[in-house]
Amino acid sequence: MFMILGYPAPLMFGQLLLGLINGAFYALLSLGLAVIFGMLNIVNFAHGALFMLGAFVAWGLLNFLGINYWAALILAPLVVGAFGVVLEKAFISRLYKLDHLYGLLLTFGLALVIEGLARNEFGSSGVPYPIPSILQGAANLGFMFMPIYRGWVVLASAIMCLITWLVIEKTSIGATLRAATENAPLVQAFGINVPRMITLTYAGGVALAAFAGVLAAPIYSVNPNMGANFIITVFAVVVIGGMGSILGSIVTGFGLGVIEGLTKVFYPQGSSVVIFVVMVIVLLVRPAGLFGKGA
Amino acid sequence: MLEVRGLNSWYGESHILHGVDFDVKEGEVVTLLGRNGAGKTTTMKSIMGLVPRREGSVTFKGAETIDLRSDLIARAGIALCPEERGIFASLSVTENLMLPPVIAPGGLDLATIYALFPNLKDRAGSQGTKLSGGEQQMLAIARILRTGAKLLLLDEPTEGLAPVIVQQIGRTIREIKKRGFTVLLVEQNFRFAATVADRHFVMEHGRVIDMIPNHDLAANMDKLHTYLGV
Repeated sequence: MFMILGYPAPLMFGQLLLGLINGAFYALLSLGLAVIFGMLNIVNFAHGALFMLGAFVAWGLLNFLGINYWAALILAPLVVGAFGVVLEKAFISRLYKLDHLYGLLLTFGLALVIEGLARNEFGSSGVPYPIPSILQGAANLGFMFMPIYRGWVVLASAIMCLITWLVIEKTSIGATLRAATENAPLVQAFGINVPRMITLTYAGGVALAAFAGVLAAPIYSVNPNMGANFIITVFAVVVIGGMGSILGSIVTGFGLGVIEGLTKVFYPQGSSVVIFVVMVIVLLVRPAGLFGKGA
Repeated sequence: MLEVRGLNSWYGESHILHGVDFDVKEGEVVTLLGRNGAGKTTTMKSIMGLVPRREGSVTFKGAETIDLRSDLIARAGIALCPEERGIFASLSVTENLMLPPVIAPGGLDLATIYALFPNLKDRAGSQGTKLSGGEQQMLAIARILRTGAKLLLLDEPTEGLAPVIVQQIGRTIREIKKRGFTVLLVEQNFRFAATVADRHFVMEHGRVIDMIPNHDLAANMDKLHTYLGV
Protein backbone atom coordinates (compact mmCIF):
# COMPACT_ATOMS: atom_id res chain seq x y z
CA MET A 1 0.00 0.00 0.00
CA PHE A 2 1.13 3.53 -0.86
CA MET A 3 2.36 5.23 2.30
CA ILE A 4 2.98 8.85 3.34
CA LEU A 5 5.27 9.41 6.33
CA GLY A 6 4.57 5.86 7.40
CA TYR A 7 0.79 6.21 7.23
CA PRO A 8 -1.43 4.63 4.58
CA ALA A 9 -2.25 7.20 1.90
CA PRO A 10 -6.03 6.55 1.81
CA LEU A 11 -6.23 7.19 5.55
CA MET A 12 -4.26 10.38 5.12
CA PHE A 13 -6.35 11.67 2.23
CA GLY A 14 -9.56 10.61 3.88
CA GLN A 15 -8.77 12.62 6.97
CA LEU A 16 -7.58 15.50 4.83
CA LEU A 17 -10.97 15.55 3.12
CA LEU A 18 -12.80 15.34 6.43
CA GLY A 19 -10.64 18.20 7.66
CA LEU A 20 -11.47 20.25 4.58
CA ILE A 21 -15.19 19.62 5.08
CA ASN A 22 -15.05 20.70 8.71
CA GLY A 23 -12.88 23.60 7.57
CA ALA A 24 -15.54 24.59 5.03
CA PHE A 25 -18.08 24.92 7.84
CA TYR A 26 -15.59 26.69 10.12
CA ALA A 27 -14.84 29.16 7.33
CA LEU A 28 -18.48 29.93 6.48
CA LEU A 29 -19.50 30.27 10.11
CA SER A 30 -16.51 32.33 11.23
CA LEU A 31 -16.87 34.53 8.14
CA GLY A 32 -20.42 35.43 9.18
CA LEU A 33 -19.24 36.04 12.73
CA ALA A 34 -16.43 38.26 11.45
CA VAL A 35 -18.76 40.35 9.29
CA ILE A 36 -21.21 40.77 12.18
CA PHE A 37 -18.49 41.54 14.72
CA GLY A 38 -16.86 44.12 12.43
CA MET A 39 -20.05 46.07 11.93
CA LEU A 40 -22.06 45.49 15.11
CA ASN A 41 -19.27 44.94 17.61
CA ILE A 42 -21.27 42.01 18.88
CA VAL A 43 -20.07 38.45 19.31
CA ASN A 44 -23.04 36.61 17.87
CA PHE A 45 -23.44 33.56 20.09
CA ALA A 46 -26.71 32.76 18.31
CA HIS A 47 -24.69 31.89 15.20
CA GLY A 48 -24.67 28.14 15.81
CA ALA A 49 -28.40 28.13 16.49
CA LEU A 50 -29.05 29.98 13.23
CA PHE A 51 -26.83 27.48 11.39
CA MET A 52 -29.04 24.74 12.86
CA LEU A 53 -32.14 26.72 11.93
CA GLY A 54 -30.93 26.89 8.32
CA ALA A 55 -30.74 23.09 8.23
CA PHE A 56 -34.22 22.75 9.75
CA VAL A 57 -35.68 25.26 7.31
CA ALA A 58 -34.26 23.19 4.44
CA TRP A 59 -35.76 20.07 6.02
CA GLY A 60 -39.15 21.80 6.44
CA LEU A 61 -39.11 23.11 2.89
CA LEU A 62 -38.48 19.59 1.58
CA ASN A 63 -40.98 17.75 3.80
CA PHE A 64 -43.84 20.22 3.93
CA LEU A 65 -43.57 22.07 0.65
CA GLY A 66 -41.62 19.64 -1.49
CA ILE A 67 -38.97 22.26 -2.21
CA ASN A 68 -35.72 20.57 -3.18
CA TYR A 69 -32.16 21.01 -1.93
CA TRP A 70 -31.05 23.47 -4.60
CA ALA A 71 -33.91 25.88 -3.98
CA ALA A 72 -33.42 25.47 -0.22
CA LEU A 73 -29.80 26.50 -0.65
CA ILE A 74 -31.13 29.93 -1.64
CA LEU A 75 -34.44 30.05 0.25
CA ALA A 76 -33.25 28.90 3.68
CA PRO A 77 -30.62 31.67 3.96
CA LEU A 78 -33.31 34.18 2.93
CA VAL A 79 -35.73 32.89 5.56
CA VAL A 80 -33.09 32.84 8.29
CA GLY A 81 -31.80 36.23 7.12
CA ALA A 82 -35.31 37.65 7.51
CA PHE A 83 -35.43 36.10 10.99
CA GLY A 84 -32.09 37.84 11.63
CA VAL A 85 -33.67 41.17 10.66
CA VAL A 86 -36.34 40.58 13.30
CA LEU A 87 -33.77 39.61 15.95
CA GLU A 88 -31.62 42.66 15.21
CA LYS A 89 -34.53 45.10 15.15
CA ALA A 90 -36.31 43.68 18.17
CA PHE A 91 -33.40 42.85 20.48
CA ILE A 92 -29.81 43.39 19.40
CA SER A 93 -30.19 47.00 18.22
CA ARG A 94 -31.05 48.02 21.76
CA LEU A 95 -27.61 47.03 23.04
CA TYR A 96 -25.21 49.03 20.85
CA LYS A 97 -24.68 51.70 23.49
CA LEU A 98 -23.85 49.12 26.17
CA ASP A 99 -20.78 46.99 26.85
CA HIS A 100 -20.03 44.14 24.36
CA LEU A 101 -20.77 41.68 27.13
CA TYR A 102 -24.49 42.40 26.95
CA GLY A 103 -24.60 41.49 23.28
CA LEU A 104 -22.82 38.25 24.06
CA LEU A 105 -25.26 37.41 26.86
CA LEU A 106 -28.30 38.30 24.77
CA THR A 107 -27.25 36.25 21.74
CA PHE A 108 -26.25 33.35 24.00
CA GLY A 109 -29.74 33.49 25.48
CA LEU A 110 -31.28 33.61 22.01
CA ALA A 111 -29.24 30.54 21.06
CA LEU A 112 -30.54 28.63 24.10
CA VAL A 113 -34.13 29.59 23.29
CA ILE A 114 -33.89 28.66 19.60
CA GLU A 115 -32.14 25.36 20.34
CA GLY A 116 -34.56 24.61 23.16
CA LEU A 117 -37.56 25.15 20.92
CA ALA A 118 -36.05 22.93 18.24
CA ARG A 119 -35.35 20.19 20.80
CA ASN A 120 -38.88 20.47 22.09
CA GLU A 121 -40.30 20.08 18.60
CA PHE A 122 -37.97 17.51 17.04
CA GLY A 123 -36.24 15.77 19.96
CA SER A 124 -32.48 15.48 20.29
CA SER A 125 -31.88 12.73 17.76
CA GLY A 126 -32.82 14.83 14.79
CA VAL A 127 -34.34 14.15 11.40
CA PRO A 128 -32.69 12.83 8.21
CA TYR A 129 -32.12 14.90 5.09
CA PRO A 130 -31.29 13.04 1.87
CA ILE A 131 -28.32 13.85 -0.34
CA PRO A 132 -29.68 15.23 -3.65
CA SER A 133 -29.57 12.45 -6.24
CA ILE A 134 -27.11 14.17 -8.56
CA LEU A 135 -24.55 14.39 -5.73
CA GLN A 136 -24.89 10.80 -4.52
CA GLY A 137 -22.16 8.22 -4.88
CA ALA A 138 -18.41 8.57 -4.90
CA ALA A 139 -15.77 9.49 -7.42
CA ASN A 140 -12.53 7.60 -7.83
CA LEU A 141 -9.78 10.19 -7.76
CA GLY A 142 -7.07 7.60 -8.33
CA PHE A 143 -5.56 8.00 -4.89
CA MET A 144 -8.85 7.74 -3.00
CA PHE A 145 -12.63 7.47 -3.30
CA MET A 146 -14.31 10.79 -2.63
CA PRO A 147 -18.02 10.97 -1.76
CA ILE A 148 -19.29 13.48 -4.33
CA TYR A 149 -21.46 15.35 -1.86
CA ARG A 150 -18.48 16.04 0.40
CA GLY A 151 -16.47 17.43 -2.48
CA TRP A 152 -19.43 19.65 -3.34
CA VAL A 153 -19.55 21.00 0.23
CA VAL A 154 -15.92 22.07 0.07
CA LEU A 155 -16.41 23.64 -3.36
CA ALA A 156 -19.67 25.43 -2.51
CA SER A 157 -18.21 26.80 0.71
CA ALA A 158 -15.07 28.03 -1.04
CA ILE A 159 -17.17 29.74 -3.72
CA MET A 160 -19.42 31.39 -1.14
CA CYS A 161 -16.39 32.59 0.86
CA LEU A 162 -14.87 34.00 -2.33
CA ILE A 163 -18.09 35.80 -3.26
CA THR A 164 -18.39 37.29 0.22
CA TRP A 165 -14.77 38.40 0.15
CA LEU A 166 -15.19 39.98 -3.30
CA VAL A 167 -18.35 41.82 -2.26
CA ILE A 168 -16.67 43.25 0.83
CA GLU A 169 -13.29 44.08 -0.68
CA LYS A 170 -14.09 45.00 -4.27
CA THR A 171 -17.54 46.60 -4.48
CA SER A 172 -18.87 50.00 -3.45
CA ILE A 173 -21.29 48.35 -1.03
CA GLY A 174 -18.32 46.64 0.55
CA ALA A 175 -16.41 49.93 0.69
CA THR A 176 -19.32 51.53 2.54
CA LEU A 177 -19.40 48.56 4.90
CA ARG A 178 -15.67 48.82 5.60
CA ALA A 179 -15.95 52.57 6.12
CA ALA A 180 -18.87 52.14 8.52
CA THR A 181 -16.87 49.54 10.45
CA GLU A 182 -14.16 52.18 10.89
CA ASN A 183 -16.26 55.28 11.60
CA ALA A 184 -20.01 54.76 11.48
CA PRO A 185 -21.08 58.27 12.59
CA LEU A 186 -19.15 59.90 9.74
CA VAL A 187 -20.53 57.47 7.17
CA GLN A 188 -24.00 58.28 8.41
CA ALA A 189 -23.24 62.01 8.16
CA PHE A 190 -22.54 61.44 4.46
CA GLY A 191 -26.18 60.48 4.03
CA ILE A 192 -26.04 56.71 4.41
CA ASN A 193 -28.71 55.02 6.52
CA VAL A 194 -26.30 53.24 8.86
CA PRO A 195 -28.90 51.65 11.17
CA ARG A 196 -30.48 49.92 8.16
CA MET A 197 -27.05 48.86 6.97
CA ILE A 198 -26.31 47.30 10.37
CA THR A 199 -29.57 45.35 10.23
CA LEU A 200 -28.79 44.05 6.75
CA THR A 201 -25.23 43.15 7.78
CA TYR A 202 -26.59 41.03 10.61
CA ALA A 203 -29.05 39.43 8.20
CA GLY A 204 -26.22 38.73 5.74
CA GLY A 205 -24.01 37.20 8.43
CA VAL A 206 -26.71 34.85 9.67
CA ALA A 207 -27.72 34.01 6.08
CA LEU A 208 -24.17 32.69 5.64
CA ALA A 209 -24.70 30.52 8.72
CA ALA A 210 -27.97 29.24 7.27
CA PHE A 211 -26.26 28.48 3.96
CA ALA A 212 -23.71 26.41 5.89
CA GLY A 213 -26.62 24.75 7.68
CA VAL A 214 -28.21 23.63 4.42
CA LEU A 215 -24.85 22.30 3.21
CA ALA A 216 -24.50 20.40 6.48
CA ALA A 217 -28.02 18.94 6.47
CA PRO A 218 -27.28 15.83 4.34
CA ILE A 219 -23.95 15.14 6.13
CA TYR A 220 -24.97 15.35 9.75
CA SER A 221 -28.50 14.49 10.70
CA VAL A 222 -30.52 17.68 11.08
CA ASN A 223 -30.60 18.00 14.86
CA PRO A 224 -30.95 20.72 17.47
CA ASN A 225 -27.37 20.30 18.70
CA MET A 226 -25.60 20.54 15.36
CA GLY A 227 -24.82 24.23 15.83
CA ALA A 228 -23.70 23.94 19.42
CA ASN A 229 -21.23 21.21 18.40
CA PHE A 230 -19.57 23.52 15.91
CA ILE A 231 -19.81 26.91 17.52
CA ILE A 232 -17.16 26.57 20.23
CA THR A 233 -14.56 25.51 17.68
CA VAL A 234 -15.72 28.31 15.38
CA PHE A 235 -15.12 30.87 18.11
CA ALA A 236 -11.60 29.51 18.49
CA VAL A 237 -11.18 29.92 14.72
CA VAL A 238 -12.35 33.53 14.92
CA VAL A 239 -9.93 34.28 17.75
CA ILE A 240 -7.03 32.64 15.87
CA GLY A 241 -7.86 34.46 12.63
CA GLY A 242 -8.30 37.81 14.31
CA MET A 243 -11.64 39.26 15.38
CA GLY A 244 -13.45 40.86 12.48
CA SER A 245 -10.91 39.86 9.81
CA ILE A 246 -12.66 38.60 6.67
CA LEU A 247 -9.68 36.99 4.98
CA GLY A 248 -8.46 35.74 8.35
CA SER A 249 -11.63 33.81 9.05
CA ILE A 250 -11.64 32.13 5.62
CA VAL A 251 -7.98 31.09 5.64
CA THR A 252 -8.02 30.10 9.31
CA GLY A 253 -11.28 28.19 8.91
CA PHE A 254 -10.00 25.94 6.15
CA GLY A 255 -6.49 25.77 7.62
CA LEU A 256 -7.61 24.64 11.05
CA GLY A 257 -10.00 22.09 9.55
CA VAL A 258 -7.04 20.53 7.77
CA ILE A 259 -4.84 20.66 10.86
CA GLU A 260 -7.58 18.98 12.86
CA GLY A 261 -8.01 16.31 10.18
CA LEU A 262 -4.31 15.54 9.99
CA THR A 263 -4.04 15.37 13.75
CA LYS A 264 -6.57 12.51 13.57
CA VAL A 265 -4.01 10.61 11.52
CA PHE A 266 -0.87 11.40 13.44
CA TYR A 267 -2.14 11.69 17.00
CA PRO A 268 -5.84 10.82 17.17
CA GLN A 269 -6.09 11.53 20.92
CA GLY A 270 -5.13 15.15 20.27
CA SER A 271 -7.59 15.88 17.51
CA SER A 272 -10.30 17.34 19.71
CA VAL A 273 -7.96 19.77 21.43
CA VAL A 274 -5.51 20.69 18.67
CA ILE A 275 -7.45 23.81 17.63
CA PHE A 276 -7.43 25.10 21.16
CA VAL A 277 -3.71 24.42 21.49
CA VAL A 278 -3.19 26.47 18.32
CA MET A 279 -5.38 29.18 19.82
CA VAL A 280 -3.28 29.33 22.98
CA ILE A 281 -0.06 29.57 20.98
CA VAL A 282 -1.43 32.25 18.64
CA LEU A 283 -2.77 34.29 21.53
CA LEU A 284 0.62 34.13 23.25
CA VAL A 285 2.52 35.22 20.13
CA ARG A 286 -0.03 37.49 18.41
CA PRO A 287 -2.82 38.53 20.79
CA ALA A 288 -4.76 40.21 17.95
CA GLY A 289 -4.87 36.96 15.96
CA LEU A 290 -3.05 35.93 12.79
CA PHE A 291 -4.82 38.46 10.57
CA GLY A 292 -5.90 40.96 13.24
CA LYS A 293 -4.79 44.56 13.18
CA GLY A 294 -2.85 45.94 16.13
CA ALA A 295 -3.03 44.54 19.63
CA MET B 1 -29.79 79.36 3.57
CA LEU B 2 -28.79 78.26 7.08
CA GLU B 3 -30.23 79.81 10.23
CA VAL B 4 -28.98 78.77 13.65
CA ARG B 5 -31.00 80.04 16.62
CA GLY B 6 -30.43 79.32 20.29
CA LEU B 7 -28.42 76.18 19.58
CA ASN B 8 -27.45 74.25 22.70
CA SER B 9 -25.37 71.06 22.69
CA TRP B 10 -24.20 68.59 25.26
CA TYR B 11 -21.64 65.82 25.41
CA GLY B 12 -22.89 63.72 28.31
CA GLU B 13 -22.93 66.07 31.28
CA SER B 14 -20.87 68.82 29.65
CA HIS B 15 -22.90 71.65 28.23
CA ILE B 16 -20.79 72.90 25.29
CA LEU B 17 -22.96 75.30 23.27
CA HIS B 18 -25.01 77.88 25.15
CA GLY B 19 -27.36 79.36 22.60
CA VAL B 20 -25.45 79.85 19.34
CA ASP B 21 -27.05 82.30 16.86
CA PHE B 22 -25.88 83.02 13.33
CA ASP B 23 -26.91 82.63 9.74
CA VAL B 24 -25.33 81.89 6.40
CA LYS B 25 -26.74 83.25 3.14
CA GLU B 26 -26.71 81.37 -0.12
CA GLY B 27 -23.41 81.71 -1.98
CA GLU B 28 -21.52 83.11 1.00
CA VAL B 29 -18.31 81.95 2.60
CA VAL B 30 -18.67 82.48 6.33
CA THR B 31 -16.14 81.65 9.03
CA LEU B 32 -16.41 80.78 12.66
CA LEU B 33 -13.39 82.21 14.46
CA GLY B 34 -12.46 81.71 18.07
CA ARG B 35 -9.99 80.21 20.47
CA ASN B 36 -9.61 76.51 21.14
CA GLY B 37 -12.59 75.24 23.07
CA ALA B 38 -14.89 78.09 22.01
CA GLY B 39 -17.31 75.59 20.47
CA LYS B 40 -16.56 75.97 16.76
CA THR B 41 -16.21 72.26 15.95
CA THR B 42 -19.13 71.40 18.21
CA THR B 43 -21.24 73.92 16.26
CA MET B 44 -20.35 72.15 13.01
CA LYS B 45 -21.11 68.75 14.48
CA SER B 46 -24.37 70.02 15.94
CA ILE B 47 -25.52 71.34 12.56
CA MET B 48 -24.70 67.92 11.10
CA GLY B 49 -26.49 66.04 13.89
CA LEU B 50 -23.32 64.43 15.23
CA VAL B 51 -23.66 65.34 18.91
CA PRO B 52 -25.49 63.15 21.44
CA ARG B 53 -27.92 65.91 22.44
CA ARG B 54 -28.85 69.26 20.94
CA GLU B 55 -31.65 71.78 21.32
CA GLY B 56 -32.67 75.02 19.68
CA SER B 57 -33.25 75.55 15.99
CA VAL B 58 -31.21 74.85 12.86
CA THR B 59 -33.17 75.56 9.69
CA PHE B 60 -31.76 74.78 6.29
CA LYS B 61 -33.54 76.23 3.25
CA GLY B 62 -36.44 77.01 5.58
CA ALA B 63 -36.79 73.46 6.94
CA GLU B 64 -36.12 72.61 10.59
CA THR B 65 -33.39 69.96 10.99
CA ILE B 66 -32.89 69.88 14.76
CA ASP B 67 -34.71 66.56 15.19
CA LEU B 68 -33.34 64.86 12.09
CA ARG B 69 -30.84 62.01 12.02
CA SER B 70 -27.47 62.94 10.49
CA ASP B 71 -28.05 60.93 7.31
CA LEU B 72 -31.27 62.84 6.66
CA ILE B 73 -29.51 66.16 7.29
CA ALA B 74 -26.90 65.11 4.73
CA ARG B 75 -29.67 64.17 2.28
CA ALA B 76 -31.13 67.67 2.73
CA GLY B 77 -27.91 69.04 1.22
CA ILE B 78 -25.32 69.69 3.93
CA ALA B 79 -21.90 68.02 3.85
CA LEU B 80 -19.15 67.99 6.46
CA CYS B 81 -15.40 67.84 6.04
CA PRO B 82 -14.44 66.97 9.63
CA GLU B 83 -11.52 68.40 11.54
CA GLU B 84 -9.77 65.04 11.78
CA ARG B 85 -10.44 64.64 8.03
CA GLY B 86 -12.05 61.25 8.44
CA ILE B 87 -10.12 59.45 5.71
CA PHE B 88 -10.83 55.72 5.93
CA ALA B 89 -7.76 53.52 6.29
CA SER B 90 -9.43 50.43 4.87
CA LEU B 91 -10.47 52.25 1.68
CA SER B 92 -8.37 53.30 -1.31
CA VAL B 93 -8.23 56.95 -2.39
CA THR B 94 -10.84 56.32 -5.08
CA GLU B 95 -13.08 54.41 -2.67
CA ASN B 96 -12.82 57.27 -0.18
CA LEU B 97 -13.68 59.73 -2.92
CA MET B 98 -16.69 57.75 -4.13
CA LEU B 99 -17.98 56.85 -0.65
CA PRO B 100 -20.48 59.68 0.00
CA PRO B 101 -23.57 59.06 -2.11
CA VAL B 102 -24.66 61.69 -4.62
CA ILE B 103 -27.71 63.29 -3.01
CA ALA B 104 -28.60 65.91 -5.61
CA PRO B 105 -27.53 67.05 -9.06
CA GLY B 106 -25.05 69.92 -9.27
CA GLY B 107 -22.00 68.36 -7.63
CA LEU B 108 -18.63 68.49 -9.36
CA ASP B 109 -17.83 65.67 -11.76
CA LEU B 110 -14.69 63.58 -11.38
CA ALA B 111 -12.86 65.36 -14.19
CA THR B 112 -13.31 68.72 -12.47
CA ILE B 113 -12.27 67.27 -9.12
CA TYR B 114 -9.11 65.76 -10.61
CA ALA B 115 -8.37 69.10 -12.32
CA LEU B 116 -8.61 70.82 -8.92
CA PHE B 117 -6.66 68.09 -7.12
CA PRO B 118 -4.34 66.34 -9.60
CA ASN B 119 -2.63 64.41 -6.77
CA LEU B 120 -5.79 62.43 -6.11
CA LYS B 121 -5.75 61.02 -9.63
CA ASP B 122 -2.08 60.04 -9.41
CA ARG B 123 -2.66 58.20 -6.15
CA ALA B 124 -6.08 56.72 -6.92
CA GLY B 125 -5.14 53.20 -5.83
CA SER B 126 -3.24 54.09 -2.65
CA GLN B 127 -4.62 53.37 0.78
CA GLY B 128 -6.45 56.53 1.93
CA THR B 129 -4.34 57.10 5.02
CA LYS B 130 -1.03 56.60 3.15
CA LEU B 131 -1.46 60.06 1.60
CA SER B 132 0.35 63.07 3.03
CA GLY B 133 -1.59 65.33 5.38
CA GLY B 134 -2.21 67.85 2.63
CA GLU B 135 -3.39 65.21 0.18
CA GLN B 136 -5.71 63.73 2.82
CA GLN B 137 -7.21 67.16 3.37
CA MET B 138 -7.78 67.58 -0.36
CA LEU B 139 -9.38 64.16 -0.49
CA ALA B 140 -11.64 65.07 2.43
CA ILE B 141 -12.76 68.26 0.64
CA ALA B 142 -12.97 66.63 -2.79
CA ARG B 143 -15.25 63.84 -1.66
CA ILE B 144 -17.97 66.24 -0.46
CA LEU B 145 -17.82 68.32 -3.67
CA ARG B 146 -19.12 65.34 -5.67
CA THR B 147 -22.31 64.83 -3.73
CA GLY B 148 -24.36 67.81 -4.85
CA ALA B 149 -24.61 69.16 -1.29
CA LYS B 150 -24.74 72.94 -1.58
CA LEU B 151 -23.71 73.86 1.96
CA LEU B 152 -20.22 72.66 2.84
CA LEU B 153 -18.98 72.66 6.42
CA LEU B 154 -15.18 72.76 6.39
CA ASP B 155 -13.68 72.27 9.84
CA GLU B 156 -10.14 73.71 9.98
CA PRO B 157 -9.07 72.61 6.51
CA THR B 158 -5.69 74.38 6.79
CA GLU B 159 -4.67 73.02 10.19
CA GLY B 160 -1.08 71.83 10.25
CA LEU B 161 -0.50 72.17 6.50
CA ALA B 162 2.37 73.74 4.55
CA PRO B 163 1.78 77.28 3.19
CA VAL B 164 1.71 76.13 -0.42
CA ILE B 165 -1.08 73.68 0.38
CA VAL B 166 -2.96 76.29 2.39
CA GLN B 167 -2.87 78.46 -0.74
CA GLN B 168 -4.20 75.60 -2.84
CA ILE B 169 -7.07 75.11 -0.39
CA GLY B 170 -7.74 78.86 -0.50
CA ARG B 171 -7.95 78.71 -4.32
CA THR B 172 -10.29 75.76 -4.04
CA ILE B 173 -12.65 77.56 -1.67
CA ARG B 174 -12.77 80.63 -3.97
CA GLU B 175 -13.38 78.32 -6.93
CA ILE B 176 -16.29 76.47 -5.31
CA LYS B 177 -17.78 79.77 -4.15
CA LYS B 178 -17.70 80.90 -7.79
CA ARG B 179 -19.60 77.74 -8.67
CA GLY B 180 -22.38 78.69 -6.28
CA PHE B 181 -21.53 76.55 -3.24
CA THR B 182 -22.06 78.01 0.23
CA VAL B 183 -19.28 77.42 2.74
CA LEU B 184 -19.17 77.53 6.51
CA LEU B 185 -15.54 77.46 7.56
CA VAL B 186 -13.97 76.95 10.96
CA GLU B 187 -10.57 78.61 11.16
CA GLN B 188 -7.92 79.42 13.73
CA ASN B 189 -5.92 81.26 11.09
CA PHE B 190 -7.85 84.47 10.46
CA ARG B 191 -5.29 85.74 7.97
CA PHE B 192 -6.25 82.79 5.80
CA ALA B 193 -9.93 83.32 6.60
CA ALA B 194 -9.68 86.94 5.41
CA THR B 195 -8.58 85.77 1.96
CA VAL B 196 -11.69 83.65 1.34
CA ALA B 197 -14.57 84.78 3.55
CA ASP B 198 -17.42 87.31 3.27
CA ARG B 199 -18.23 87.46 6.97
CA HIS B 200 -16.73 86.26 10.21
CA PHE B 201 -18.55 85.15 13.32
CA VAL B 202 -16.51 85.18 16.51
CA MET B 203 -17.26 82.50 19.09
CA GLU B 204 -16.42 82.41 22.78
CA HIS B 205 -17.59 80.06 25.57
CA GLY B 206 -20.16 78.34 23.37
CA ARG B 207 -21.77 81.52 22.00
CA VAL B 208 -21.39 83.79 18.98
CA ILE B 209 -20.28 87.10 20.42
CA ASP B 210 -19.63 89.21 17.33
CA MET B 211 -19.94 89.40 13.57
CA ILE B 212 -17.38 91.20 11.42
CA PRO B 213 -17.88 91.67 7.67
CA ASN B 214 -14.67 90.88 5.82
CA HIS B 215 -14.33 94.42 4.42
CA ASP B 216 -14.35 95.78 8.00
CA LEU B 217 -11.71 93.32 9.15
CA ALA B 218 -8.82 95.80 8.99
CA ALA B 219 -10.73 98.33 11.12
CA ASN B 220 -11.54 95.65 13.70
CA MET B 221 -8.06 94.16 14.02
CA ASP B 222 -7.59 95.25 17.64
CA LYS B 223 -10.91 93.80 18.68
CA LEU B 224 -10.15 90.56 16.87
CA HIS B 225 -6.74 90.28 18.53
CA THR B 226 -8.45 90.56 21.89
CA TYR B 227 -11.04 87.91 20.97
CA LEU B 228 -8.53 85.45 19.66
CA GLY B 229 -5.77 86.24 22.13
CA VAL B 230 -3.11 86.49 19.43
